[in-house]
Amino acid sequence: MTGAPELKAPKKAVSHSTLGRAQRWSWIFQRVSGVLLIGLIAVHLTVNLVMGDGINQIDFAFVAGKLANPFWQWFDFTMLVLAMIHGANGMRMIINDYAQTPWIAATLHWALRISTVVIVILGTLVLFTFDPCPAGSDPSLLPSFCEDI
Amino acid sequence: MTAPADAPVTTDAIPTMTVTLKILRFDPDGLDGREPGTEYWEEFQIEAHATDRVLDALHMIKWEQDGTLAFRRSCAHGVCGSDAMRINARNRLACKTLLKDLNPAKPIMVEPIKGLPVEKDLIVDMEPFFASYREIMPFLMTSGPTPERERLQSPEDRERYDDTTKCILCAACTTSCPVFWTDGQYFGPQAIVGAHRFIFDSRDEGEWDRLEILNDKAGVWKCRTAFNCTEACPRGIEVTKAISEVKHALNTGEI
Ligand code: HEM
Ligand code: SF4
Ligand code: FES
Repeated sequence: MTGAPELKAPKKAVSHSTLGRAQRWSWIFQRVSGVLLIGLIAVHLTVNLVMGDGINQIDFAFVAGKLANPFWQWFDFTMLVLAMIHGANGMRMIINDYAQTPWIAATLHWALRISTVVIVILGTLVLFTFDPCPAGSDPSLLPSFCEDI
Repeated sequence: MTAPADAPVTTDAIPTMTVTLKILRFDPDGLDGREPGTEYWEEFQIEAHATDRVLDALHMIKWEQDGTLAFRRSCAHGVCGSDAMRINARNRLACKTLLKDLNPAKPIMVEPIKGLPVEKDLIVDMEPFFASYREIMPFLMTSGPTPERERLQSPEDRERYDDTTKCILCAACTTSCPVFWTDGQYFGPQAIVGAHRFIFDSRDEGEWDRLEILNDKAGVWKCRTAFNCTEACPRGIEVTKAISEVKHALNTGEI
């Protein structure tokens, strides 16, 4: 053993810094949100395109009717936020892969962040401030509950 | 009765065929009036048996047609890992690839492995690849006094990392990985295979040192489960599975 290099004692257990690495959380998020998105997208497509009259049912009244219901508001909000963060996180990885020049990478990363925030805010505004019965419209185009107002 | 020693050897009975090889060459010196650093495809035709390997074909070219063709090989039997190259767009060992398995009716395309700097023809600079391997500390790490005898291990404990002991460091996996091609920093699959061999060895105590390194920016989380590495490995190592086991250990804290 003489002359062998001095080695520091090996680490014993998982350390705090090991658990907290952002790369790992990003990886886990991609998988968890992916699984949730399968369910959300399946329900979304079934309700809109398969149940009832299928694709023929989609008009202003159908969309307005759904967005007047808090369940669908929160359902769509979850789908919007998860899909946007999932998609943006995926695009972030792709930028890291392909953009080698630092300023190009920084520009793309900021463009991605800004567009993600803008789309999430716009989408949320639409979901929660949507007026299903705009005044002065042809009643035949509006959802049935508008007559009561 | 034994056959007389001077009986004619009848290899003529085995039919030969004409095989075309298209080799991607790189000339760093600029011979024959080329610009230094020229990259070009060159075609060669050889007479070979179906059971000859791509390495035999390269030998025929180098020994009989063009001595300037440069490629690495040592053992010629799939042991040393010197001759990984991109043959018909897949990473393989030239010494383990039979011509008959490659559709010899068409030209066989031979290129250097991708993602490492080419030095000459099929020879690449392996140093970035070995540097990643060194970084995961591929040696036994223990504490306490050195035992008098060998460190014992149950067959079950040995079985856990059996697959990753087979690695011959040929770089076929790492240079088939799309993340390694584009991302200049990723360790690549081989370094994770090399780390797996020690992380899951019950006699080794450096597992968290290695896991910490692989948890880093350029570590296992860069892997996108493309499975190219598993398909490329000439030793049949389930590379993607080994990478997933490392991810699992990092996610659960258990080895
Ligand atoms: C059906 C639901 C979905 C599932 C199960 C799913 C699953 C996944 C998984 C597991 C990854 C990580 C791949 C890896 O790192 O190995 C991923 C990456 C990605 N996802 Fe999704 N996803 C879904 C929907 C979406 C949606 C709706 C978008 C777009 C808004 C999206 C955009 C992306 C992008 C851009 C990546 C990065 C691709 C890459 O790393 O090369 N995904 N997805
Ligand atoms: S894991 Fe397989 S392909 Fe990768 S270096 Fe080792 S032997 Fe070669
Ligand atoms: S020459 Fe040794 S592995 Fe092919």
